[in-house]
Amino acid sequence: MSTASLADKRANSLRGASLPKWSPWAIAAGSLVVAVGVGLAAGLDSKVQWGLIAAILFILGTFGIAARVEGRRQAKDRVATSLVWVAFLLAVIPLVSLIWVTVARGVKVLDVYFLTHSMGVVADSEPGGGIYAAIIGSLEQVGLATVIGAPVGILTAIYLVEYGRGRLAKAVTFFVDVMTGIPSIVAGLFILSLMLIFSMQPFGFAGSLALAILMMPVVVRSTEEMLKLVPNELREASLALGVPKWRTILKVVLPTSIGGITTGVMLAVARIAGETAPVLLLVFGNPFINNNPFEGAQASLPLYIYQQYSQSAGANAAYDRAWAASLTLIAFVMILNMVARGIARWKAPKTGR
Amino acid sequence: MDISTQTTDALPPSPEPTLTEQARSARGASRPGDRVFLGLSRGSGILLLVIMAAIAVFLTYRASLAISKDHGNFLTTFEWNTNLTPPVFGIAVLAFGTVVSSVVAMAIAVPVSVAIALFITHYAPRRLAGPVAYVIDLLAAVPSIVYGLWGALILVPHMTGLYGWLDKYLGWTGVFDWQGGAPRSMLTVGLLLAIMILPIITNVSREVFRQVPQMHEEAALALGATRWEVIRMAVLPFGRSGVISASMLGLGRALGETMAVATVLSPTFDIQASLLDPGGGTFAQNIASKFSEATQDGRDALIASGLVLFVITLLVNGAARAIIARRKEYSGANA
Repeated sequence: MSTASLADKRANSLRGASLPKWSPWAIAAGSLVVAVGVGLAAGLDSKVQWGLIAAILFILGTFGIAARVEGRRQAKDRVATSLVWVAFLLAVIPLVSLIWVTVARGVKVLDVYFLTHSMGVVADSEPGGGIYAAIIGSLEQVGLATVIGAPVGILTAIYLVEYGRGRLAKAVTFFVDVMTGIPSIVAGLFILSLMLIFSMQPFGFAGSLALAILMMPVVVRSTEEMLKLVPNELREASLALGVPKWRTILKVVLPTSIGGITTGVMLAVARIAGETAPVLLLVFGNPFINNNPFEGAQASLPLYIYQQYSQSAGANAAYDRAWAASLTLIAFVMILNMVARGIARWKAPKTGR
Repeated sequence: MDISTQTTDALPPSPEPTLTEQARSARGASRPGDRVFLGLSRGSGILLLVIMAAIAVFLTYRASLAISKDHGNFLTTFEWNTNLTPPVFGIAVLAFGTVVSSVVAMAIAVPVSVAIALFITHYAPRRLAGPVAYVIDLLAAVPSIVYGLWGALILVPHMTGLYGWLDKYLGWTGVFDWQGGAPRSMLTVGLLLAIMILPIITNVSREVFRQVPQMHEEAALALGATRWEVIRMAVLPFGRSGVISASMLGLGRALGETMAVATVLSPTFDIQASLLDPGGGTFAQNIASKFSEATQDGRDALIASGLVLFVITLLVNGAARAIIARRKEYSGANA
């Protein structure tokens, strides 16, 4: 960029004419003004349409002007650049909208009362009630799923990295990859088919089992990556001192990579905490507090959101509760994410790169 | 679980190893602790395989119960009436809806994600690239039910204008014909799914674009290529297989997405030629919406449709992984 501007000043005959650096901004501003004008004139009330018209005008304008001044190749380059920028802006819109709406509508009813009370006999269309039962249910289900899923995942990763040779390891690697892609509802249906065979009623732990299935491959993947980062010299040094392999793994390999493994597990927890489909099939939802995950239907935060939305027939009080529960869920997931990333940065093994 | 009991049984009192024992272990026979640990970790690996097998076996078993009672054709019937005696149901509508919504999602998400991946690796000012990648990661962390709520309450009302516009100017194609119902149809679902699978496609593509050999790009620049020509001649050909497998991973997610579709779509059990008219359904959405009122037979029927979904996602994900694995072998870029 700096060489280009230098060349501009020198009026170099070897370079073709080029547009000044401010030209993209100028074209963008121009097309925005025209788009708003067209939108107002044609009576289009949707801001989305204005945006679309502006984007199209911007790209066409860039191509036209650049093609006249700089030539076709440069014009194509400029169009590609602007398309990439437009794509980026397009992707930011939904995220900003989602976060903004969730926060703005969520804070309406989110208070201590909301967090410490349950729905009980509050009708869907009435205000009041809260998510205490849902929080309890979510914590218990996700906690139990983690207790099952995390050790299995970590041990599998240890097997793949430290022991895995031959056909079994290859099969495990392949199926872990495939398992990552299992739709959550299929995991729920699997547990459901078991429950149908033993004719059981919905209960919290069944949901935990499905969540554990969804969690395992994620934990395996991330732990595997972390274990691979542990330098081989450390293992060799320990083995050369006569330390058995299992103690080497427990005392050298795992402590070295514990930060990354924790991060992976927390990200997996964040992922399953938001799963709704298996919980819908297996835990069923319950407006009352049920502290026992092994018996009777329980509530769950994502399921609560779905039920407030789908069973309320458009009652605003229910939508408000759904947004407030969404805000709680997003806050929980985001905090987990950020803490996990923080741990990853803090404990990252030095790879020498 | 039987693994844990096995450990406590097998844990030895750990005697002081004698010289001969040490010599033997040096020759390759492992110590008891090693054997236990190996058994534990290998057992976990095997447990994963067993779970996968069990999913296939039990779903097939319940599905076979349902299909044997089905008085329609499971593959071609345009109906889902599991409360009739005998039940009549078929997956034709669901298969169509699943494919259509995923195709719409892919058509929107793949170009945008590739562009964002290029933005992060090649276009963005360095100070912006990191935060953008972080924001995309955050998009991936938002639970699907929140996307569903946002889609149903915010995106749907905003789609009316676009629907009207599409109907006015492209309605003659039939694909964009709109009768004027609520915009809770396949196009909105596809758009929402596109937003949801954007992060995964972007992240994988980004990793691939990062691995493009610097030499290739510099060679192209030295020949006087513009930035776009560098991308077209050096970056995209190198990353093509990576982008394909990333798209298929995204497709796998779009196929199986439940809650976002269940909240946004207003399902009817028929096939619509138009993307804008409410209608159709997807496998996952149908399971979630029909589950609460389903009887025992109805649940088995839903499990049967889930089995079809399972097989489809298995094939799509397997193909994606196979492409990634093949690429790893010859590119050497992952070293």
